Amino acid sequence: MKIKNPKDFWAGLMFIAFGLFFLFVARNYEMGSATRMGPAYFPTMLGGLMAVLGGIVFFQSFVVKGEKVPAISFRQIFFVILSLLVFGFLLKPIGMVLALALLVVVSAFAGHEFKLKEVLILSVVLIIFSVLAFVKGLGLPFPLWPKFLH
Amino acid sequence: MDLQFLHNLSLGFGVAFQWWNLFFCLVGVMLGTLIGVLPGIGPTATIAMLLPVTFSLSPVTALIMLAGIYYGAQYGGSTTAILVNIPGEASSVVTCLDGYQMARQGRAGPALATAAISSFFAGCVATVIVAMFAPPLAEVALKFGPAEYFSLMVLGLVAAVVLAHGSLLKAISMVVLGLLLGLVGADLNSGVLRFAFGIEELSDGIGFVSVAMGLFGIAEIVINLELKEHREVFTSKVGRLMPSKEDFRRMWKSIPRGTALGAALGILPGGGAVLASFGAYTLEKKISKYGHEFGKGAIEGVAAPESANNAGAQTSFIPMLTLGIPSNAVMALMIGAMMIQGIAPGPLVMTEKPELFWGLIASMWIGNAMLLILNLPLIGMWVKLLTVPYRILYPSILVFMAIGVYSLSSSPFDVMLMAIFGILGYVFVKLECEPAPLILGFILGPLMEENLRRALLLSRGDPIVFFTEPVSAGFLIAAIILLGIVLAPTIRKKRKEVFVGD
Repeated sequence: MKIKNPKDFWAGLMFIAFGLFFLFVARNYEMGSATRMGPAYFPTMLGGLMAVLGGIVFFQSFVVKGEKVPAISFRQIFFVILSLLVFGFLLKPIGMVLALALLVVVSAFAGHEFKLKEVLILSVVLIIFSVLAFVKGLGLPFPLWPKFLH
Repeated sequence: MDLQFLHNLSLGFGVAFQWWNLFFCLVGVMLGTLIGVLPGIGPTATIAMLLPVTFSLSPVTALIMLAGIYYGAQYGGSTTAILVNIPGEASSVVTCLDGYQMARQGRAGPALATAAISSFFAGCVATVIVAMFAPPLAEVALKFGPAEYFSLMVLGLVAAVVLAHGSLLKAISMVVLGLLLGLVGADLNSGVLRFAFGIEELSDGIGFVSVAMGLFGIAEIVINLELKEHREVFTSKVGRLMPSKEDFRRMWKSIPRGTALGAALGILPGGGAVLASFGAYTLEKKISKYGHEFGKGAIEGVAAPESANNAGAQTSFIPMLTLGIPSNAVMALMIGAMMIQGIAPGPLVMTEKPELFWGLIASMWIGNAMLLILNLPLIGMWVKLLTVPYRILYPSILVFMAIGVYSLSSSPFDVMLMAIFGILGYVFVKLECEPAPLILGFILGPLMEENLRRALLLSRGDPIVFFTEPVSAGFLIAAIILLGIVLAPTIRKKRKEVFVGD
């Protein structure tokens, strides 16, 4: 058998996996009856439906022709996600000013070109704006500077 | 028009004219225009990003601002379409066809003015339509029991996927996935924590804001980063704005036609601005005397879709406000915003919170007036914005998103959740799975379970109740017919044509 529609092949697999996952985990909860549904009732119905739908998408991918999955841009997604996580996990320890600077610099690696001067100016502008708008203006309780400076 | 109607409107304008609400209406429509002008960032992502900001506002102010973003984006989107031949929004794809041709013929000014005037006319009419049609609909909906509600949600979801583009089967799968993800967290009936794996933060469910930002915001940024930047403003000089007498003569029929069709398509579940603009362009091309000029700079080709997308954007609020059922992703976010504010969306909103309902409607009219001013004299400013390169834009968006999501619970957890859904959203795009049906399901998941549960409790577990209650049966039969129609081969072909170029 040859895969004729790679997009649907993977999408089908993904849906089957999600469906089975919910079905499997729902087994830990009480099923109940149609009159008195337990917490497992609706998720089991949906999980089953999800797996069946995924199965149809999966099997169709061997029959109906479709497109290839376009190339995945690992660099872009990696740096965008990394920049957010760096901000999220470092905000409390190192404060908003430095965390934002890191966010901007790391995310800039996801772009087509990296111009250091531009990135630095941008981060300064965004830091000033964020401090004024979010911390001073909206009163978000974020620390501005690293812990050891307090 | 009776006295009650006038009373309601005056209540609404009273709320909308409070300076605080005026201010946030202006913020909303300005932001809407801004992101409308900028290609690659749409109203869905923007509204998702602004959800954390709305926590500190009152519910009516929050909704006024978010609504302004949605219809404001319809104005801004046309500017980019006309001047750069890139749709600023999906709903202005068809405006490129004739709008850009007009700009090439040196008539960028009249094209822009036509777009703004059409949008304004449509906005005013649509506001009245919402005000007139919503109350009776809500009254009917008040009589619905759990069986009717469940079937209505099924119909709403089916209609939404039928009108979505791409594979129907995958769209339905995405709805089901959304419903499942919506069930994570404490079960309302038994209090059992479902699918939470001992993670404390998940006991209230997966954070709606993180899901929306990840699916729509992050995925969009990464997709944009894959594209090479090429953006050329065709003309820096817009020139004379006012359309000529001849232009007015040609468009005075197209605008009401576009408005009417757009308003009708906006109310449909799954409808909204995008569908409205496509529909209006196709219709206008068929019935206009100047149909042969379409694609070569016909002014009707700008007037009809631009009035339709604004009308559709506004009337899509009707099912959301009266039934609590979102017809598109933007409306799903609105419902999310209401729920975060502690308001249960549904027909009761209108009677229990008239100031919210009527204030929002009145603000739409005010917002449209603001947009006319923002867009015509200030057009040059928006054009300049197009020269801002994306490498400046996306870190700024990320900063905004990161701060917003972090502020939800002041912990890295929501940032992590957003990152996970960002990656998932990117995978969805690559596999051509639309995220919009997922977010509709996500919002409706708990409500559907609750209504299914109550309906079956009342019928002692007999599922036939959904077909013996006449209204419920009607909804379900409509849903089945819709599915049948779409699966019919001829319509299937047509549906593909309609969404070409989207």
